[in-house]
Amino acid sequence: MMIDPLSVFILLLGAATPILFAALGELVVERAGVLNLGVEGMMITGALAGFAAAHASDSPALGFVAAAIAGMAVSMTFAALTQFLLSNQVATGLALTLFGLGLTALFGKPYEGVKAPAIMPGPLGLNWMIWLGMALVPLIWWFLTRTRPGLILRAVGENHDAAHALGYPVRLVRILAIGFGGALAGMGGAYISIATVLQWTEGMTAGAGWIALAIVVFAQWNPWGVLAGAWLFGGVTVLQLRLQAAGVAVPVQLLSMAPYLATIIVLVLISARQKFGRSGAGAAPASLGRPFYALK
Amino acid sequence: MTNVFQAEGLGKTYPGVRANDDVSFTVSAGEIHALLGENGAGKSTLVKMIYGLVRPDEGRMLLLDAPYAPHDPKAARAAGVAMVFQHFSLFEALTVAENIALGMENPPPRAELSRRIAELSQGYGLPLNPARRIAALSAGERQRVEILRCLLQNPRLLIMDEPTSVLTPQEAEILFATLRQLAEAGTAILYISHKLEEIRSHCDRATILRQGKVMGTVNPRAHSARELAAMMVGAEMRVVDRSGRKPGAPVLEVRNLSLPSGDGMALKDVALTLRSGEILGIGGVAGNGQEELLSALSGEAPTAPGTVTLEGKDLSRAGPELRRRAGLLAVPEDRLGHTAVPEFSLTENTLLTGTSRQGLARHGLIDRKAATDFARQVIQSFDVRTPGPATAAGALSGGNLQKFVIGREVLGHPRVLVVNQPTWGVDAGAAASIRQALLDLAAEGAGVIVISQDLDELLELSDRFCALNQGRLSNPHPTDGLTIDEIGLMLGGAHGMEVAHVQA
Repeated sequence: MMIDPLSVFILLLGAATPILFAALGELVVERAGVLNLGVEGMMITGALAGFAAAHASDSPALGFVAAAIAGMAVSMTFAALTQFLLSNQVATGLALTLFGLGLTALFGKPYEGVKAPAIMPGPLGLNWMIWLGMALVPLIWWFLTRTRPGLILRAVGENHDAAHALGYPVRLVRILAIGFGGALAGMGGAYISIATVLQWTEGMTAGAGWIALAIVVFAQWNPWGVLAGAWLFGGVTVLQLRLQAAGVAVPVQLLSMAPYLATIIVLVLISARQKFGRSGAGAAPASLGRPFYALK
Repeated sequence: MTNVFQAEGLGKTYPGVRANDDVSFTVSAGEIHALLGENGAGKSTLVKMIYGLVRPDEGRMLLLDAPYAPHDPKAARAAGVAMVFQHFSLFEALTVAENIALGMENPPPRAELSRRIAELSQGYGLPLNPARRIAALSAGERQRVEILRCLLQNPRLLIMDEPTSVLTPQEAEILFATLRQLAEAGTAILYISHKLEEIRSHCDRATILRQGKVMGTVNPRAHSARELAAMMVGAEMRVVDRSGRKPGAPVLEVRNLSLPSGDGMALKDVALTLRSGEILGIGGVAGNGQEELLSALSGEAPTAPGTVTLEGKDLSRAGPELRRRAGLLAVPEDRLGHTAVPEFSLTENTLLTGTSRQGLARHGLIDRKAATDFARQVIQSFDVRTPGPATAAGALSGGNLQKFVIGREVLGHPRVLVVNQPTWGVDAGAAASIRQALLDLAAEGAGVIVISQDLDELLELSDRFCALNQGRLSNPHPTDGLTIDEIGLMLGGAHGMEVAHVQA
């Protein structure tokens, strides 16, 4: 049996979309200097909220709106804890993931076994969410590198003390970024329940949030890199199934490892480059994960 | 001259500290006005109020005779106040143009901004490439970015916070030329520093702050550095007491000490003999092997057998802890991160080097009480101003932390103490007490090596002087009778003084 490259590519786009959304959101959050490890929790919340809304309204579009709102709402818990109460970002992010998984398991029971409404098709037989995900890549790149709010966001992530000294509202910028990241993670999660699996299952994001986090590092905090990372992962997922179906004797585990392996290689390359004295582009935002507090 | 800025009765209280108390002064158009004070005198709080980062509790400010109460830096910039910070104000991963755009209210489009940066930087003789990343720039170039960021807004009042602390003397001269040019164009400049000589030669007036209060506004050229320091510190400066020292038997022998270069300068065949009761001064321009020499002596960098001998005991291969036990102690230059851990309390910091000499551990367990007592003893003996031993080291001012780390080693009763830049970035009062502590230590019979870039300090303290140049140590010369010219030649690498005299 032959593997048709075009059909693989189309399937790849679908498989890449949830991670693409979540990773783009996390990229903006991290560029603002915040490390939110709760992506998985925000995705699963979006998956359930989106599914429930789509089912109740019979409109997938409304489902995605609801998922964005739900993702943003959970992310605001994280924002309140880390930005106002200055809690540890790593621990709070992990808690957010556990919280999201538990909460959705509790409230998701009635939706098990229910079918999702059909998603709206778009041009070239790809649905609108795939197109939106790909459109977000240049939009976010343009926002970060070409607009003043984007410059301020990067400044806050690079050196929050300096940004504060220049009079920029560090905390507000970070809260907005966290909310944006939550909305995109929620939509990414909803894509899994509404467009891929077409039903709700407990824990259905199955680690996609962690992959999104790894991809942000793999991408060296660049939106185009995120697209490449999401496609790489989507491609591996699709190939895995196809190769198995085709009876090719490549161990599945090897393929599942590939995105993580690529991330580790990129990390090694980044630190090797820093060791030889070249910093700047490609390094993590300098204030990433550091709490900010100003005496007034 | 017209008043550009006026402060009337400004006050600010933080929990436990009266940072500013009834501060009044004026800055006129076209003058460079110095704000002088020790670390912790309230200079930073005052300028933060002017720049809108902190709100005063009482008093008022006038800018161009109009009431001025900025609630954030944007408002301050809009009113015509610009500030060049000492720290925390550039974004390393961003380009020069992006950094400058962040400091402006309404930056023009990129191409236009780059053109104006290039134009202005040429006009002031401060060349800069707008597309370069800050990470690739030197300290002097970084400061240019900050200054240009201010100049692009045509400020009426320009605040400079300790701008020369990161500059080489040549870069500092360029800076003063630029400031003078600006002042002549009518800008009022508020210049914060504790470097007395710099203020005496470049500033028109100086307002002196002590413990949050204004001690007076004077013409710095009409006063000696000693008088200014006395106003700053509050008492007549203590004159150091050099008496009571008798060089005894050699305690430390260094022979054929070489160290390959890692990131810095290689040490080449260094030799010295230090006697008990003696202070040996080592001068030199930064980066000529000072840090490397300190790590070779402290034990951070072990060297070939037979190169470092303390009272007949070969310590060349021993690490810092073994050397400490033997009585060879060291205080490296960098207070925050090398000599002390900023996040640790003072008590915990005493444990870093004092555990064996002070007996702060029993059966491998920390004796908290003994450590706290020792920290308290250092605080008392060295007049370290801090709420107590539980305070984090990073919360102390530079001078107080330096007194603490020097005190920690001095109270360890070393046979030999090696210090690098003992008073760098330390206010005059603390510097005097640190120097006195080193002299007292030598008077008690220890050998002391002072590595410093401050020639006055070396001449004041040391019995013999040698210079480090390109990793080579010159022969020592008695300090008495040594002139600044001769020292200059030694620093430049003329090793024998005979040669130096011929060249002179």
